[in-house]
Amino acid sequence: MTGSTKAGASDERIKEQSFVRKALIRPELGGIVGAIAVFTFFLLTAFDSGMFSAPGVMNWSMVSAQFMIIAVGACLLMIAGEFDLSVGSMIGFAGMMIAIFTITLGWPVWMAIVVTFAMCIAIGAVNGWIVVRTGLPSFIVTLAFLFILRGFTIFFPQLLERKTIIGGISDAAEGDWLAAIFGGKIGGSFFQMLGDAGIIGVFERGNRIGEPVVDGIPMLVVWALALVVFGHILLTRTRFGNWIFASGGDAEAARNSGVPVNKVKVLMFMFTAFCATVFATCQVMEFGSAGADRGLLKEFEAIIAVVIGGALLTGGYGSVIGAALGALIFGVVQQGLFFAGVESSLFRVFLGAILLGAVILNTYIRRLITGER
Amino acid sequence: MSDSIIEMKNIQKHFGSVIALAGVSVDVKPGECHCLLGDNGAGKSTFIKTMSGVHKPTSGEIFFEGKPMKFDNPRDAMEAGIATVHQHLAMIPLMSVSRNFFMGNEPVKKVMGMNFLDQKKADEITMTEMRKMGINLRGPDQAVGTLSGGERQTVAIARAVHFGAKILILDEPTSALGVRQTANVLSTVHKVREQGIGVVFITHNVRHALAVGDRFTVLNRGQTLGTAKRGEIEYDELHDMMAGGEELAKLVPEMGKAAQ
Repeated sequence: MTGSTKAGASDERIKEQSFVRKALIRPELGGIVGAIAVFTFFLLTAFDSGMFSAPGVMNWSMVSAQFMIIAVGACLLMIAGEFDLSVGSMIGFAGMMIAIFTITLGWPVWMAIVVTFAMCIAIGAVNGWIVVRTGLPSFIVTLAFLFILRGFTIFFPQLLERKTIIGGISDAAEGDWLAAIFGGKIGGSFFQMLGDAGIIGVFERGNRIGEPVVDGIPMLVVWALALVVFGHILLTRTRFGNWIFASGGDAEAARNSGVPVNKVKVLMFMFTAFCATVFATCQVMEFGSAGADRGLLKEFEAIIAVVIGGALLTGGYGSVIGAALGALIFGVVQQGLFFAGVESSLFRVFLGAILLGAVILNTYIRRLITGER
Repeated sequence: MSDSIIEMKNIQKHFGSVIALAGVSVDVKPGECHCLLGDNGAGKSTFIKTMSGVHKPTSGEIFFEGKPMKFDNPRDAMEAGIATVHQHLAMIPLMSVSRNFFMGNEPVKKVMGMNFLDQKKADEITMTEMRKMGINLRGPDQAVGTLSGGERQTVAIARAVHFGAKILILDEPTSALGVRQTANVLSTVHKVREQGIGVVFITHNVRHALAVGDRFTVLNRGQTLGTAKRGEIEYDELHDMMAGGEELAKLVPEMGKAAQ
C-alpha cells in the first residue's frame, strides 16, 4: 500500500506527488535550469569582460532574439508533430528575394517585403500540404526543400546580378515604413534619458558624442518577444493550442475527436515559414544586404533550442517559453564564449553536448508523465 | 417498439461480393444495455459502424427516435447523439485529462473580443464528471498516460455522456483489461444506463455481457441468431450460440480422444 492516506476525497491508490516531481514534469524545467546555469557560469567567469554592460547585454540579446524567432515556429510545428528542415534555406531564400525585388527589379521595399512574405508562407503551405497529403515524414519532404530553396537562393542572384551577395538595401529602405518595422529601433528617447542620467554609458568622442552606447531596442528583439508571447498564448490559452497538442500527440485520436489535424499541421508549416521570413527580413535590414549563404544550419539550431526547451521530438509535448529559454541559452553561450575569450569553435561542441543531455532528460521526463517504465 | 431510441430493421451490408450483414435487426431502448455478442468476423464491427454512420447500409431501415434516418457520415450520427467509444481510444496519453476530455469541443470565453480556452470551466467539468463515474483524479492536469486502461475507458465514456450522447456504443471496452479494471468499466456502464442512455455493448465475453446486459443479441455469420432478455438465457446457451454450438460439440469428443 502506498503510504499517505489523506482524509476526504483522496484516493488511496494515488500517491501524493512531491513538489519536485510536479516541477519536473513541466516542459520548461530544462530551459530554466540551463538558463540559470549558463548565467551563473558567465557571471563568475566573464563578469569583467563587458558581457554584462549595456552594449554587452544588447549583443547577446540580439543573438538570442534571432534564435528565438525561428525557435517559436519550430516549437509549435514540433508540438504539432512535424519538423521543418527547410528553415535555414528559407531564411536565405527570403532575404535574397527581398534583395532581388528591391535592387534588381527596383520595387519599393515595403512591396518587396510583402510579396516575399506571401511567397514564403505559400512555400510553407506547400511543404505542409505535401506532408499531410502523402503521409511522408516531414523530415524527407522538408529536406527536399532545404536543397531546392538553397539552390534557387544561389541561382537567382548569379543569373540576375552575377554575384551571390546583393547589397545596397539600406539606401533603398531609407524612410520605408515597413522596413522600419523590421530594421528600426524603439525606445531611443528612453535610452537617451538613461544615458543623460549616467545609468548607461555615452559615447565620449567621435561624431556620436553624447549619444548613449545603446540607442534603443532593435525591432529584432521586439519581434522575438512578441512572437514568444503570441506563441505561448496560442498554445496554452486557445482551442487551437489544444488542437496543436492533439495533432502531435496522436493524429488519429485527434481526428476521431473532430480535430482538423491536417489544417493544424499545414498552418503550423506556414507559421514556421513566417518566422523564418521575419528572421530574414530583420537580418537583411540590419546588414543592408542579402547573401546566398545566409541561414545555413539555422534549422538545426532552431530544433536544438526547442529540444533544450523541453519539447519532445515525437510531438505532442513542449513549451514556447521553454524554446525561448533554449534560444536564450544559445545566444548567451555563443556570445559568452567570445567575451570569455574561448575559441568559438567550441560553441559547436557545447551545442552537441547540451542537445544530447536535453534529449536524455526529456525522454526521462516523458516516462514520468505517462507512467511508462 | 416505438419507445426505442434507435431501431435498426433488417440491415444488410454487402462489400462487393461479400455479404457482411445479411439482415440484422436490433433496437435499443433508453436506459437499456443491449449486448451484441459474436465471434470474430460475425459482423459486430460492421453493424456498429453502420449504426454510427461510418458505413451506409446496402438495404434496411434505421429509425432514430421513431423517425426514419439516414446517416451520411459519422458526424451526422454524432450530432444525432450516437457516440462510439472505440477499442483504440481517442485519447492522447501526453495530454491532461481535462484537455483530452474537451478535445475538439473546447469551451471558450471571450476576452477582449477574442476567444480563449476556458481552462477553469474545462477543469471543473472534468473533475465533476469523473467523480460521477467514481474516479478521483489527482487533478484535472493529470496526464491520461498515467491512468489505467479501465480509467481511460471511463474518461472516454464520461466524455461521450457529457456531450449529450443518447446512444453509447462501446466497442469491446473490456477486451484488453484486467479483472478489476473490467469491473470498473462495467460499473461505469451501469451508471450511464441509469441516466437514461441506451448502451450498445459489444463483446465476445459472455460473462461480461451477462453482468450488465438487459438484452442480448447474438450475431453469427452476418445474421441475428436471436435476441433474448435477461434471465431468459443462460451462460452456456449464449456461449454455444456465439461459437456456433455444433462445431464446438463436435470438437469436444475429438479433444477427448486426443487426450487419451
